[in-house]
Amino acid sequence: MLAFIGRRILVAIPTIVLISIFVFSLQQLLPGDPILAMAGEERDPETIAFLREKYGFNDPLPVQYVKWVTGVVQGDLGISLRSNQPVSELLLQKLPVTIQLAIMAMIFAIAIGVPMGIVSAVKKGTVLDYAANLIALSGLSIPNFWLGIMLILLVSVKWGLLPASGYVPPGEDLWLSIKTMLMPAFVLGTALAATLMRHTRSAMLGVLKSDYVRTARAKGLKERRVILKHAFRNALVPIVTLMALLFGELIAGAVLTEQIFTIPGFGKLVVDAVFNRDYAVVQGIVLCTAVGFIIMNLVADAAYFALNPRLRKQ
Amino acid sequence: MPRSLIEVDNLSFGFRGQATDLVEGVSLALNRNETLCIVGESGCGKSVTALSLMGLLPPDATRISSGTITFEGEAIPADDFRRLSTLRGDRMAMIFQEPMTSLNPAYKIGDQITEAVRAHRGGSKAEARDRALQALEQVGIPAAKQRLGEYPHQLSGGMRQRVMIAMALVNDPSVLIADEPTTALDVTVQAQILDLIASLQDRSGMGTIMITHDLGVVAQVATRVAVMYAGRIVEIGTAQEIFDDPQHPYTIGLMSSVPKLTGPRQRLSTVPGLVPTPDRMPEGCRFATRCPFAQSVCATVPPLAPVAGDHRVACHFAPLETRLEAV
Ligand SMILES: Nc1ncnc2c1ncn2[C@@H]1O[C@H](COP(=O)(O)OP(=O)(O)OP(=O)(O)O)[C@@H](O)[C@H]1O
Ligand code: SF4
Ligand SMILES: [Mg+2]
Repeated sequence: MLAFIGRRILVAIPTIVLISIFVFSLQQLLPGDPILAMAGEERDPETIAFLREKYGFNDPLPVQYVKWVTGVVQGDLGISLRSNQPVSELLLQKLPVTIQLAIMAMIFAIAIGVPMGIVSAVKKGTVLDYAANLIALSGLSIPNFWLGIMLILLVSVKWGLLPASGYVPPGEDLWLSIKTMLMPAFVLGTALAATLMRHTRSAMLGVLKSDYVRTARAKGLKERRVILKHAFRNALVPIVTLMALLFGELIAGAVLTEQIFTIPGFGKLVVDAVFNRDYAVVQGIVLCTAVGFIIMNLVADAAYFALNPRLRKQ
Repeated sequence: MPRSLIEVDNLSFGFRGQATDLVEGVSLALNRNETLCIVGESGCGKSVTALSLMGLLPPDATRISSGTITFEGEAIPADDFRRLSTLRGDRMAMIFQEPMTSLNPAYKIGDQITEAVRAHRGGSKAEARDRALQALEQVGIPAAKQRLGEYPHQLSGGMRQRVMIAMALVNDPSVLIADEPTTALDVTVQAQILDLIASLQDRSGMGTIMITHDLGVVAQVATRVAVMYAGRIVEIGTAQEIFDDPQHPYTIGLMSSVPKLTGPRQRLSTVPGLVPTPDRMPEGCRFATRCPFAQSVCATVPPLAPVAGDHRVACHFAPLETRLEAV
């Protein structure tokens, strides 16, 4: 197991290097000059020259890259040109917010999508199956912003049940923190739930036809046990892999969801940084997301590995 | 104690979306310590008949028209899936053609067998495990104790089929249904598995229904033989009767390709023509489209009538020699 993970990490290293080069060149290719943006309206040539020197914009590119990478490895992602805060500090502030949102959304997605997928596979061709598919289709096609606004109007404004926006750290008040995050997580989770439902359904349909499910029935096991223990356990492999790979969708969705519910998370950081041409922050975000992807891929591999006895024992 | 372990009476069923019943009027009986072989071409309904005895046909896709399964004296309607499901794995067990895919790849051998014990016998995990170990030893798996902790992929096809047999027999069923248990295995392993089933049967007195394509297998293990054609039993009798004195034109066609009981193994594909599909079943004798002796009377269903003792044939012209001369 460890050897397997170790190998995967080694394979991931060149990817990370490539990404870092890409992220670094991004700043060279992007239009707009951050120094001009910083220097303000007057654009005093002396100020500009001073700023260029201060932020190392006069060094040759490879030198700038090496400096940058060395910093990154030590956790120094540069200084936000806008807020003058270290980028790593900004990320550490915002990341937990988004991670909480993502985890809660994933819980919603699993709690809704997986049981629905199982039921619609087992009851294939019945009203239940059609209903589940219809719900999944709506989950995929209803835009998040519309669903979010409707929920805010109904649940917060009309019924006053949940807060409409904002963020409370779980350390401060866990229950309030969860309550505040409930609607955003639900909105973010619906589309994922639909995807999960469809994949669970098709994985279960495949597995239910298999010989070992027939064997389980031939043993005289209860149908419930046949489905949950024998069929679902094997359908789990593609489902778990998919969940890890849905990470990208989750991050993209989080950006939008955080805007709707004005949550001060990663998504808000992204939007602000892009609008302000705050390159250091953009770089940090892209790098962070890319590493997140690689980690989630590792998790997917590890899950695949752990769920497959065939690989485990070698 | 009733004479038959299992007695099937007038079993007919089809699948949803098909006009006629695929399997029609099947009646047969299995006695203690007996091996009944069911033979017939691919698609004639051998497997679905076996599955229906186990109550394993998909309930929402199956239409049971008639039939009673009398199991050790208890008459069970063929559509009482619930009752049948409590018998299976306990009094009635089944093994399948594909040992490579019939075990769950995600669980250890030991857990899969133990589960079968506990589903019917309850008891502690340790007791069930002891029972599982015994069962593995009984089917001649070396280092059985160690095997309990292994996964199916760590075993060869032959070993996996032994595990399947151990799992099927762990609760001492009185009926074992084996659906082509050796087809997927190579020849030496085939013989070992057949010997194993025979010796286990001798020990326990269980009855075996063996489905096979392979007349060599039939010759080796059968006490009695049922020949199936397009969902009907066309001839049933002792192995001797079927091999030496086949009466139904279809059986004769099959046997003519096997000169002797000890002849080379042969697949059942030597009768010219094709099996009718479920939506184009002939009204009367289902073999009429391929039968060299077919007459107008064959448009009515021939009953499975005795020709001698328990030897029964479903042909208007049986026994062939006498009747054909008369035509
Ligand atoms: N669930 C089902 N729905 C509809 N048709 C089915 C179903 N299961 C089996 N059949 C059909 O029933 C027929 C008989 O199948 P069966 O598997 O019993 O044949 P068989 O005699 O065992 O053949 P083989 O020797 O190839 O195993 C086939 O034509 C098959 O397509
Ligand atoms: S009943 Fe007629 S068609 Fe059927 S097997 Fe006999 S002779 Fe042939
Ligand atoms: Mg079959």
